[in-house]
Amino acid sequence: MDIARHWRLKKHRYALQTENQAEAVLAVVGPSSNGHKPHLEEQVAQPETITGEIYSFATVFEAPEGYQEFAPYPVAMVRLDDGSLITAQLTDVDLDDVEIGMPVEMVTRKLRSTVEDRGMLVYGYKFRPMLRQ
Amino acid sequence: MHEVVIAGIGQTRVGEHWEMSIRELAGTAIEAVLKDAPGIQPEALYVGNMLAATLSRQSQLGSLIADYAGLENVEATTVEAGGASGAMALRVAYLAVASGAIEAALVLGVEKLSDQLPGETEAAFATNLDADFEAVHGLTMTAQAAMLMRRYLHEYDVPQDGFAGFAVNAHANGAGNPNAMFQRAIKPETYARAGMVAEPLNMFDVAPPADGAAALLLTRPDLLPDDFEHSPVYIGGSSVVTDKLALHNRENPLNLEAARLSVERACAQADIQPKDADLFELFDAYSIYSALSLEAAGLAEAGQGWQLAQNGGIGIDGELPVTTFGGLKARGNPGGATGVYQAIEATLQLRHKAGDNQVPGAKTALIQSLGGPGSTAITHVLQSYPSDA
Amino acid sequence: MVDQNDLLIPERAVGIVGYGAYVPRFRLPASEVSRVWTGGNAGLPIKEKSVPGPDEDVATMSVEAARNALSRAGIAPTDIRAVWVGSESHPYAVKPTSTIVAEAIGAVPNTQAADWEFACKAGTEAIVAAMGLVGSGMADYALAIGMDTAQGRPGDALEYTAGAGGAAYIIGPAEEAMAVIEASYSFVTDTPDFWRRAYQKYPEHGNRFTGEPAYFKHIHQAGSALMEATNTTPEDYKFVVVHQPNTKFPQRAAAKLGFQPEQVKTGLLVPEIGNTYSGAAIIGLSAILDEAEPGDRILLVSFGSGAGSDAMALRVTENILTRRDKAPKTQDYVSRRTEIDYATYARYRGKLVMK
Repeated sequence: MDIARHWRLKKHRYALQTENQAEAVLAVVGPSSNGHKPHLEEQVAQPETITGEIYSFATVFEAPEGYQEFAPYPVAMVRLDDGSLITAQLTDVDLDDVEIGMPVEMVTRKLRSTVEDRGMLVYGYKFRPMLRQ
Repeated sequence: MHEVVIAGIGQTRVGEHWEMSIRELAGTAIEAVLKDAPGIQPEALYVGNMLAATLSRQSQLGSLIADYAGLENVEATTVEAGGASGAMALRVAYLAVASGAIEAALVLGVEKLSDQLPGETEAAFATNLDADFEAVHGLTMTAQAAMLMRRYLHEYDVPQDGFAGFAVNAHANGAGNPNAMFQRAIKPETYARAGMVAEPLNMFDVAPPADGAAALLLTRPDLLPDDFEHSPVYIGGSSVVTDKLALHNRENPLNLEAARLSVERACAQADIQPKDADLFELFDAYSIYSALSLEAAGLAEAGQGWQLAQNGGIGIDGELPVTTFGGLKARGNPGGATGVYQAIEATLQLRHKAGDNQVPGAKTALIQSLGGPGSTAITHVLQSYPSDA
Repeated sequence: MVDQNDLLIPERAVGIVGYGAYVPRFRLPASEVSRVWTGGNAGLPIKEKSVPGPDEDVATMSVEAARNALSRAGIAPTDIRAVWVGSESHPYAVKPTSTIVAEAIGAVPNTQAADWEFACKAGTEAIVAAMGLVGSGMADYALAIGMDTAQGRPGDALEYTAGAGGAAYIIGPAEEAMAVIEASYSFVTDTPDFWRRAYQKYPEHGNRFTGEPAYFKHIHQAGSALMEATNTTPEDYKFVVVHQPNTKFPQRAAAKLGFQPEQVKTGLLVPEIGNTYSGAAIIGLSAILDEAEPGDRILLVSFGSGAGSDAMALRVTENILTRRDKAPKTQDYVSRRTEIDYATYARYRGKLVMK
């Protein structure tokens, strides 16, 4: 179930947020960040929508265990506005409508299948086309 | 450092071995390698394997396989570097023999992928990705390769069937390899008509995962028996380089930086240029990796790696033959065993025992394995002459 | 008779300092349910209902609504002292939805957090509690959410309407409010018109018993009592919104309270998104706040089976003009619409037998 593993990452997973600057680089795009500098003060004072554009994408048809409920689903690498790149699923979009360069915004969704009735639910960031243009 | 040679080779066919367990596959390859190089007693066994703990429910392959193969009390362990596990085992054995600590070492690549259902196998392969920042999002190796290829197509002007040459070449060469999973040539039209696996990857851009075991016996040239029947194959260069594990953390995901550096360092050690190689066994788990590897090795400009595969340039008689026994695409992708298969295939070329697939006059071979999308890149230079020659 | 003492009015004046809606993008036309279960012969209680995607639940939907509310409130999430989520479709049987929401919006750790349940009025129940927390001076801001991914047994009358969506409200001091809550009144009896027993997937209901003795009686009592005790009449209100399980009920209930159709229509979302249960009355309110002008008065009456109604009288302030465009409007979500067929709906809602 990886209970503690998902729990440790919850700030990053739910909102791409961190508790303090020291943790930020580690948590935003993983242990070897390529220079993402989260604008933490602004985020805490006034949460803003995290946006970016699609760097590349693909559709997963043969899904791993734990994700089969969602297949086929689009995954993408998203170039965030601060220049960092991040891997996530796309949601709220028809597969045929996705394209490189499409502006997207972060939302928080269920990451893993809930078909196993007893497991914990895992939530995290995904990206969708901008709700408001 | 001592000079190290590949004295023996042994392999099983790559495919769905429903009736063989991981230990039986391993035993078959070891039996073959010991028969290929009689009179050399291995002191150590380095097992390259990627997923046995998950898919075969088995750790401690060193002990399991040494015992099963009758190698009583030898030093043995598993080496893991994703799809480059077999190449990493070769590296470890090379270091052991080159250091003088071990006189003869077995390198075994083994992978048993057919025991589990596709969902479990996909999940297991996805452990090659960054678990917390990539795999948790449902990313698969295939989808990641598809993203790389889509970006490549976006950045460079590549025709619809621009990657066809890799699959056509691989299958043509697979036809001459009795150990290949697919032994039939395909036409370019077959590629063009193929169904999509994950757009833009079609089924001929994706190597089929399969079971397999392959083994090498490494020793020093001075320890070869007097009646040694093969021309020895020398390990002229060996380099392991890592990159950021998560693809999104790299400056430019289309640059396989680890692959570039490992070719550079292995070639420097062997005192050759990459273009001097007579053949290149590259890691074509996905056709996009073939193009990116050629570019990383400096054999093509960025965005032009696919062009080498057009017009037969990578065929047996071409300027730079690649995947001369079918590569992962036609020989099959036996996971962590792959690097050992590549070394065997290059050895056959350098022994001039490659039959219909023989690259004329082959003296120097480049072999490269990738763990994940080049998160680990391992390059070896094999040659038919000693380094100081 | 109800008098001033029966009303729920805090010592410190409070109001809505931020609000946000959420509706998933999928829509199942009621005609699809009729096609599958009655050969297309059923009368349709609504046009279509919203359906959550396979990666959505009350937690994720609440997070988005709460983020919208925060954007409008312009406060730091760490200033929130309570995160309360009202729903009858909490993702876990035991484990709060509210902690997930609080964590995701950055309101932890100096906060209350709890899940509320009272059929379709869990959201307004949470709002009234938030009024108490802020109105007593214990806290400056409290977040109350009503959100549901409502369940309906396949083929049951409820399947036509059981939708998904809701809204989030940050209750705070009246001076900062986009709408001041002038008074509230709650009317509760033990009336078993609708329930879901533990471990059951779908609710049971009393069919026509859910009408007069339950829905209509409670809404009417609560609405009329609040107007009486506050000396107001339907003419004093620009808008009214009552719990909306189908298209007809809220129109009839509002008419019975003395309201005209044009007072009802802005908050009447049920024909297009279905019955969002804990979210139904308050997402109607968010649609009204998206349109209202300073000075407009709004009457809201929720209804929760089992049964009870919370009635609230609100007055829109000048703040509405500067803050309501800081987040997507309710209609942005309503008009974001992807129609699906019954088979896709059955898949997304876990109605296919997989084991």
